[in-house]
Amino acid sequence: MVHAAPGGPFDDERVLPADVEANIAAAYHLDEPLPKQFVRYLGGLLQGDLGPSYRYRDYTVAELIGSAFPLSLKLGAIAMALALIIGVGTGTVAALRQGSLLDRVVMGFSMTGISIPVFVVAPVLVLLFAVKLQWLPAGWSGASGIGRYVLPVFTLALPQIAYIARLTRASMIDVLGRDFIRTARAQGLGTPTVVRVHALKPAMLPVLSYMGPAIAAILTGSVVVEEIFGIPGLGQFFVRGALNRDYTLVLGIVVFYATLIISLNLLVDILYGVIDPRVRYR
Amino acid sequence: MKSLRILGLCAVLAMLAACGGEAGPDTTLNTLQRGLPSDPETLDHHKARSTQAAEVLRDLSEGLTGYTANGELIPAAAESWEISDDGLVYTFHLREGLRWSSGEALTAEHFAAGMRRLVSPATAAFYAQMIVDIENAAEIVAGEAAPDSLGVEAVDERTLVLRLARPTPYMLSLLTHPSTFPIHPGSIAAHGDGFARPGKLVSNGAYRLDAWVPGSVVALKRNEHYWNNAGTAVDGVNYHVIVQNNAELNRYRAGELHTTSTVPPDAFAQIREEYGDELRVAPYLGVYYYGYNLTKPPLKDNVALRAALSMAIDREQLASKIMGRGEAPAYSWVPPGVNNYEATTLSFAALSKEDREQGARTRYKEAGYGKENPLQIEVRYNTNDTNKKVAVAIQAMWREVLGVEATLINEEFQVLLTNMREAEVTQVFRSSWIGDYNDAHTFLSVLQGGSAANMPRYASEEYDGLMEAAASQVDPARRRLYLEEAERVMLSEHPTIPLYFFVSKHLVSPQVAGWGDNVLDYHYSQHLSLKAAE
Repeated sequence: MVHAAPGGPFDDERVLPADVEANIAAAYHLDEPLPKQFVRYLGGLLQGDLGPSYRYRDYTVAELIGSAFPLSLKLGAIAMALALIIGVGTGTVAALRQGSLLDRVVMGFSMTGISIPVFVVAPVLVLLFAVKLQWLPAGWSGASGIGRYVLPVFTLALPQIAYIARLTRASMIDVLGRDFIRTARAQGLGTPTVVRVHALKPAMLPVLSYMGPAIAAILTGSVVVEEIFGIPGLGQFFVRGALNRDYTLVLGIVVFYATLIISLNLLVDILYGVIDPRVRYR
Repeated sequence: MKSLRILGLCAVLAMLAACGGEAGPDTTLNTLQRGLPSDPETLDHHKARSTQAAEVLRDLSEGLTGYTANGELIPAAAESWEISDDGLVYTFHLREGLRWSSGEALTAEHFAAGMRRLVSPATAAFYAQMIVDIENAAEIVAGEAAPDSLGVEAVDERTLVLRLARPTPYMLSLLTHPSTFPIHPGSIAAHGDGFARPGKLVSNGAYRLDAWVPGSVVALKRNEHYWNNAGTAVDGVNYHVIVQNNAELNRYRAGELHTTSTVPPDAFAQIREEYGDELRVAPYLGVYYYGYNLTKPPLKDNVALRAALSMAIDREQLASKIMGRGEAPAYSWVPPGVNNYEATTLSFAALSKEDREQGARTRYKEAGYGKENPLQIEVRYNTNDTNKKVAVAIQAMWREVLGVEATLINEEFQVLLTNMREAEVTQVFRSSWIGDYNDAHTFLSVLQGGSAANMPRYASEEYDGLMEAAASQVDPARRRLYLEEAERVMLSEHPTIPLYFFVSKHLVSPQVAGWGDNVLDYHYSQHLSLKAAE
């Protein structure tokens, strides 16, 4: 399917003499019929070999994924953690003060967070914090240490914070109206205890279900964020690979993502069983 | 509750992971921070192809000849040379005591081995044709001769002889290209083709490779063994890979870059106002053109129509209003600023706007078109804002002056390339050509009969004959006359519409000294130095 896109990895405005082109095609096995190339690729795949990258010719696809994925994962994980902490926190507070000014401010912010796309947020943050205030680096390779994580992570987390805050608020309001909460209050428990011990866990269920889509959103968001901040992550390689017809790199990342997503879905299903006593697997 | 604890734990772990001691790039004072529009595809100089790879490689390695910051050819690894009277034998004398970054001695044989590796089919080098004028090179590339038969010979440790198949007056400038640089034999022996990596790459330039994070940064450090190490001012160079030019601009603004690879086109006017002298705009060895598909009607065998379409375009307006970044309107194929060459111009170059448009209408009628039967034609360009603006403008000019009904089709770059090469569906297409060396030949050879880059499929015996005649001329003055005549012949047949000549655009921080403008847009880091920030 990747080959169906016109053009090849080595096409360029600067067209090569026929002899040179033939040598290159032979060196990268591009002169072989597609079925043969496919079998060669599958053979490599079975041995865990994703092949050499056409675009980064000094690196193999496995090396590139190996160096890029931990970084993307780290960014994604921090963003997700941030989104959960801030999102659940503000959502709960908003639910408890339903209809108050605070509630409206939080919901207003979250609506904005959901509406503004990442590719707008990122440059604005860069202009403000890197160019004007010069507090944080504008690009990944321009600095070292924790500073360079702040803007990309925040950009990635922002829409998720917003979404999780809304989800938590809605679900918390629902849970707080249930009978068992009334029972808990009737036993004389204070609001913090009620929320912490009784309400939070059931209220988290929709948030947990949202984790799957949230991870997907962070993965796609990372494509934009990585490009804007120049982060050598998987998203950037994927997009560049597709544009450069780097067949092996794109295929390698797709295979990798597919494996990852299937595993994650399985994990979420299992976690559901752990958290919700009503769900039991036989 | 357990779930919350798990989540909390995850968060803390993630934060800790972020704080972990990662080695960042060198941001010490005497390190030059340069923008690079994308990763080098490889730092194996025989396999590299892109301009960004060449830019890095010119810092890492060195050829027999080189350029000053202003683009004058100078001796580099060779301190002197002799050329035989027939122009066929070049004898180079290397500098004394040349060393690789590993400290090993660099000999003439390493240059010879490099060139043999370049043309060897097993290397599959993109620039194998670079030294095709050396004896037997073409046969070796075609697999008809052994790489050992290449006309290069290391007479002794410091003497290299090149024997050419035909006089090549631009040979010395070819030797500034990274594909002709020497190879470190030990690296190939130890690592095979995988030597071009940090920790493995041994180079002979002013810098050595310190680190390379694909998608992020290529970091170079001073090569203590370089012959002119004393003349190299900057201790390190970080090439930051920044694909989006707006992101690059922001990083320049934030003070993270000393030089940029370009500037965002849509912000050009604002940047010029904001940065003044920091913005460096210089003529560049490149032409932006529309090609005709000469193998299919209506453009095949219809010179009048091709002339009419070319004449109807207001290039001044295109260059100054539509582009407006210092580009020069193109009335010839070879750009200005090329060594030892005076480009002939299209016949209508000197006409006033009214006369030119009148001329276009006359030719259009002559071609058999008019108000009742207007030409319907497709223009293909690769998706990009600039290309679109140009196409829309030309569509309007054609409609206004001639009544041509042009359809604009934008395609992904690779799709357009495929279409251009097949020459089946194309009629008019956008393309460009960037010179490889400072000689008219790099432009004129594009349109020669057998050239793979001849997208319009221009075939003219007269043109090819003049190019052949020029190729066998040793005397630069006479060779030049043949080349100029060839261009005149070609322009009169309108195989393309030259539209404008490129300019290079960089932001260069006031901290940087030694930056020179040149048509090749080569900027060796070894010519640059950093002043302390004010």
